[in-house]
Amino acid sequence: MERNPMRRQLASMRKSLFDQGYLDEQFMELEQLLDDANPNFVEEVVTLYYRDSARLILNLDRALERRPLDFSKLDGLMHQFKGSSSSIGAKKVKAESTLFREYCKSGNAEGCMRTFQQLKKEYATLRKKLETYFQLARQIGPMESANRPK
Amino acid sequence: MGMAIDRDDTQFHVLAVDDSLIDRKLIERLLKTSSFQVTAVDSGSKALEFLGLNNNDADDDEEDEQRDSNTESVSSDEDQDHQDLGLGVNLIITDYCMPGMTGYDLLKKIKKSSSFKDIPVVIMSSENIPSRISRCLEDGAEEFLLKPVQLSDVNKLRPHLVKGRSKDIDSSHKTTSTRLITSGN
Repeated sequence: MERNPMRRQLASMRKSLFDQGYLDEQFMELEQLLDDANPNFVEEVVTLYYRDSARLILNLDRALERRPLDFSKLDGLMHQFKGSSSSIGAKKVKAESTLFREYCKSGNAEGCMRTFQQLKKEYATLRKKLETYFQLARQIGPMESANRPK
Repeated sequence: MGMAIDRDDTQFHVLAVDDSLIDRKLIERLLKTSSFQVTAVDSGSKALEFLGLNNNDADDDEEDEQRDSNTESVSSDEDQDHQDLGLGVNLIITDYCMPGMTGYDLLKKIKKSSSFKDIPVVIMSSENIPSRISRCLEDGAEEFLLKPVQLSDVNKLRPHLVKGRSKDIDSSHKTTSTRLITSGN
């Protein structure tokens, strides 16, 4: 059905985001909310996510520099990060944030720091992929994303 | 003062409360997609303010000084006529975990208010904690939804809204729902 090569590419990009576990079904829930009046809804939410994540990462970095670590504060910040990641379907980022919170609960400083580095990597990778994805989607035009269910 | 809302009896007005900007945007879109009119605020205090309930009228023990003053407080298409809109709220949907006043605190205050105690309140949370859930339901919440909230969850709200709209609510008909919507984890 995707005769247009760009659409095929977009569809393939999208599929691989799911297949490789970067996104989960919550992202599809967001896509369900696209319509003619709100054709950029998913991208808008994801853009808010970048902004929110930047703030949280900065605060987490700062909190992780303190000695001793305030695990309660760290957990609180990560709770927010987990929430927003979950809301957009950012599967790997969400998994790292869950792990981080477990380390907070057990007061494992080394675990927290290691997991946070991993989380930042996952976040950066996801962001890059999504930016590429939406860039292509925009090029294709104000049409719905390749596999929007109808 | 002209109201921008079309006072169509079939359209319900939902007040959504969530400190997360992303979740607020999401719940707003979910509700609008389901043809609800939405006002979204970022804190319990702002919710009470919107309803026209002074914080002092409700119970004591608040600490609403931690609100982030940078976040946009109210996002609504409509005119800010609080009295009219306050009385026109058919359902309140609130996040549980919020700084200052939690969703549970907000629930208690609403239920204590003579003007608003019959407005159905739904609580959302990202955490599946059975004791938290039972407490909310026992203390008057209609439903407890697990985040991320989905379209199918929002579709379940309509029966509560119809009930909430009626001025002749017989409180003995109130159902305490223990149904949980678990999103795939």
